[in-house]
Amino acid sequence: MIRLQGVEKTYRTRRGDLVHAVEGITLDIAENEFVTLVGPSGCGKSTLLKLVAGLTPVSAGTIRVRDTVVREPFPDVGIVFQHPVLLPWRTVLDNVLFAAEMLGLARDDHRKRALELLELSGLAGFETRLPRELSGGMQQRVAICRALLPDPSLLLMDEPFGALDAMTREELGLELLRIWDARRKTILFVTHSIPEAILLADKVVVMTPRPGRVARVISIELPRPRTVELEFDAKFKAYSDEVRGLIFASRRARADGR
Amino acid sequence: MGASIRSLSRSAVPAATLLGAVAVWELASHVLRIPKFIMPAPSEIAAEGWEWRYRFLGHTWVTLYETLGGFALSIAVAVPLATLIVYSPWMRRAIYPLIVLLQAVPKIAVAPVLLLVIGYGEFSKVIVAFLVAFFPIVVDTATGLAATPPELLELSRSYRASAFKTFVKVRFPMALPFFFSGLKVAITLAVIGAVVGEFIGSDKGLGYVILSATSYWKTGLAFASMILLSVIAIVLFGAVCLVERLVCPWLAPAAEE
Repeated sequence: MIRLQGVEKTYRTRRGDLVHAVEGITLDIAENEFVTLVGPSGCGKSTLLKLVAGLTPVSAGTIRVRDTVVREPFPDVGIVFQHPVLLPWRTVLDNVLFAAEMLGLARDDHRKRALELLELSGLAGFETRLPRELSGGMQQRVAICRALLPDPSLLLMDEPFGALDAMTREELGLELLRIWDARRKTILFVTHSIPEAILLADKVVVMTPRPGRVARVISIELPRPRTVELEFDAKFKAYSDEVRGLIFASRRARADGR
Repeated sequence: MGASIRSLSRSAVPAATLLGAVAVWELASHVLRIPKFIMPAPSEIAAEGWEWRYRFLGHTWVTLYETLGGFALSIAVAVPLATLIVYSPWMRRAIYPLIVLLQAVPKIAVAPVLLLVIGYGEFSKVIVAFLVAFFPIVVDTATGLAATPPELLELSRSYRASAFKTFVKVRFPMALPFFFSGLKVAITLAVIGAVVGEFIGSDKGLGYVILSATSYWKTGLAFASMILLSVIAIVLFGAVCLVERLVCPWLAPAAEE
């Protein structure tokens, strides 16, 4: 569904230095696949997400989504950021419907779907609350509902659980899998937590920094539905050793180079 | 129960302090026989003020509408200006230094020239009030508009929403707390601007009353006008706070449980 070929992104800092954010990224993502991007900070994971969303243009290479070259934002995508960035004056329901409003769709047609999504994410009964009345985890669920409202076939998530405590993080991850099970879509999920990357994904893309490159793509062959107990599985541990090894190898290599 | 006692004591303590200060003042002016034209006792101020109550009505009204006129004008000019500054880097470079330069000029020094040019009518006071009040609104509104979380702007772009829609539904409401903090500073400055305008040349308004009262040694009357002016400033400030609470109910502190 998504095909990245030789994707490169460079930009200039204010001081005029040229920064290679990502370089030579070639990647194929199938329809309804759950792909996680993992790597240390500065490896261009978030940049890659923005490139796929069409929010920022590539410097070289091409990104195709369903055979269309991405040059600008397209409506068939939902985005979730690290922070929920809800509108503080809108109720939970109105925050979800914000997506429909901005897309120029009729609110009334999406009301039912918004309520369904809220119910699916365990927010039934909170529709008329304001964001500040909710916990961080609940706010992030609202943000996910907002992203899912127009039923996009692609969901881009930029460290969506990164600002949450470990317990809420695990809970929300499994919940996301449950929602994904009910409404399949392609998910591109950025994280710097290795267990999270493995637990959620069909495919883990390990990235190394400066410039951001793909070190390896690992297919995760763990049974679904996934549970937290899987983390004690020998296979799980092997995957996480592999990922950790790749990340630390790149660090060592850089340290030796200096 | 406990809460109501707490809130009572919270307003009772400053009220008692004020009353105490007034009582000491009253006592001191009788015991020390301070001449009335130097420092009138509170009772004398009250008496002179009361005598003037009908004439005060007209003067208060004039100052009030000069203030509100200047305030309204400053909102009308400042908000579009702030929007331009935030949206166009070119405009920011062109306008911003000019605004700062204008702010650096002491408006009180400009006022006499301004009155000379515009005339001594009430409109010139509206302009002085406008000049002192608009700066905080421009700066705060621009700061607020620029403070929109970048993720929200990216989200709007991903929805391919127009810049206008993003402004109306995201950026401006997001900037409202900043806008209102600008308004709160501006409203008290507008009162000062109107009075300064009246000082320089007028035959109406509380500023005029203070000036003419002092030149006739009617210090009590001047004090009464000052108190009235303070009341106007406090009431207007309170009104802005009230409007803020009505427009942005989500900013009120969450109810304690």
